[in-house]
Amino acid sequence: MGKVIVVTSGKGGVGKTTSTAALGAALAQRNEKVVVVDFDVGLRNLDLVMGAERRVVYDMVNVIQGDAKLPQALIRDKRLETLFLLAASQTRDKDSLTPEGVERIIGELKKYFDWIICDSPAGIERGATLAMRHADMAVVVTNPEVSSVRDSDRIIGMLDSKTLKAENGERMEKHLLLTRYDANRAERGDMLKVEDVLDILSIPLLGIIPESMDVLKASNVGAPVTLADARSAPAMAYFDAARRLAGETVPIVIPGEKRGLLGKIFGRKAA
Amino acid sequence: MSIFGLFRRTSSAPMARERLQVLLAHERASIGSDLVAILREEILAVIAKHVQVDADRVQVTMDRDEHVSILEIEVEIPLPNAMKAA
Ligand SMILES: Nc1ncnc2c1ncn2[C@@H]1O[C@H](COP(=O)(O)OP(=O)(O)OP(=O)(O)O)[C@@H](O)[C@H]1O
Ligand SMILES: [Mg+2]
Repeated sequence: MGKVIVVTSGKGGVGKTTSTAALGAALAQRNEKVVVVDFDVGLRNLDLVMGAERRVVYDMVNVIQGDAKLPQALIRDKRLETLFLLAASQTRDKDSLTPEGVERIIGELKKYFDWIICDSPAGIERGATLAMRHADMAVVVTNPEVSSVRDSDRIIGMLDSKTLKAENGERMEKHLLLTRYDANRAERGDMLKVEDVLDILSIPLLGIIPESMDVLKASNVGAPVTLADARSAPAMAYFDAARRLAGETVPIVIPGEKRGLLGKIFGRKAA
Repeated sequence: MSIFGLFRRTSSAPMARERLQVLLAHERASIGSDLVAILREEILAVIAKHVQVDADRVQVTMDRDEHVSILEIEVEIPLPNAMKAA
């Protein structure tokens, strides 16, 4: 059975869609079967970031309403055999995504894929709660900035109360993905520190993605950054994050600093 | 290593512009009535009237281009005799 991951944040524009595409491609590059699912009804963008926008025929609402079978709505990536996209509807209203429909689709996807990565819309409304509903694991995307951290805290609360896992009394596994991390601003002391964010949110760190032009370039050409330029700094950070998702232990390095995060924390404690 | 190595030298913005132009032209045109969706449904309905098609054996693909959209519908039509022959 596949693992369902929700990529969520509360706040808009922090990098959920970018991260969904990058992590999805990174896992598929390890030959795992991956589907990325866009839950942003009416404002879909995952198709664009994945470079599949010209090929969408059916979307998730078509499948829910019985206009198409699930396999017909899955768009295979042109570069990676094991990577698929399920698009959100651009034309229907948000209510066309029904809880029963979503449950059926996720249930089916779990049979065929190793990873089902759900790109949540911003906010805390229906779309966001539906995207997290069936998750086994959550990636909380946060920028090192006060309002993003506050919204992430809110979302963490929802992950612990409004998901199926939570309702069944199980523990939802949550991981923090710190994105748009600017090493220069960090050095000047104008940005929340990694430790500060970790202290406040107290969930384990999945990775730190640097602020980078490479992300913009990748979205311009329609490729996840891990595919567009696998050796760029953000791509390498996403590859590491994907390995951690898959259960490997990979030391975390703060962009712009030579010592690892652990080294830094221990160094400080020792001092 | 990077298959998009090509784009490292040249700027990526022109490609972004072109992709957007094509996409938006289609999205603007299809607000209210999605012609391609209608064609798709009706073509499949006509086929289904004459032969029994297994919904799993229908492939619908699309490629939206600057001036034309290509809608490809691939339907596997089983021959009644083929089963006996086998
Ligand atoms: N590491 C990064 N470096 C530079 N730009 C980035 C980075 N991550 C994301 N961006 C940019 O930030 C913007 C928002 O990213 P994205 O669409 O992934 O966010 P989102 O959380 O999905 O937004 P929404 O809430 O609207 O769905 C995009 O322009 C994207 O290119
Ligand atoms: Mg998004």
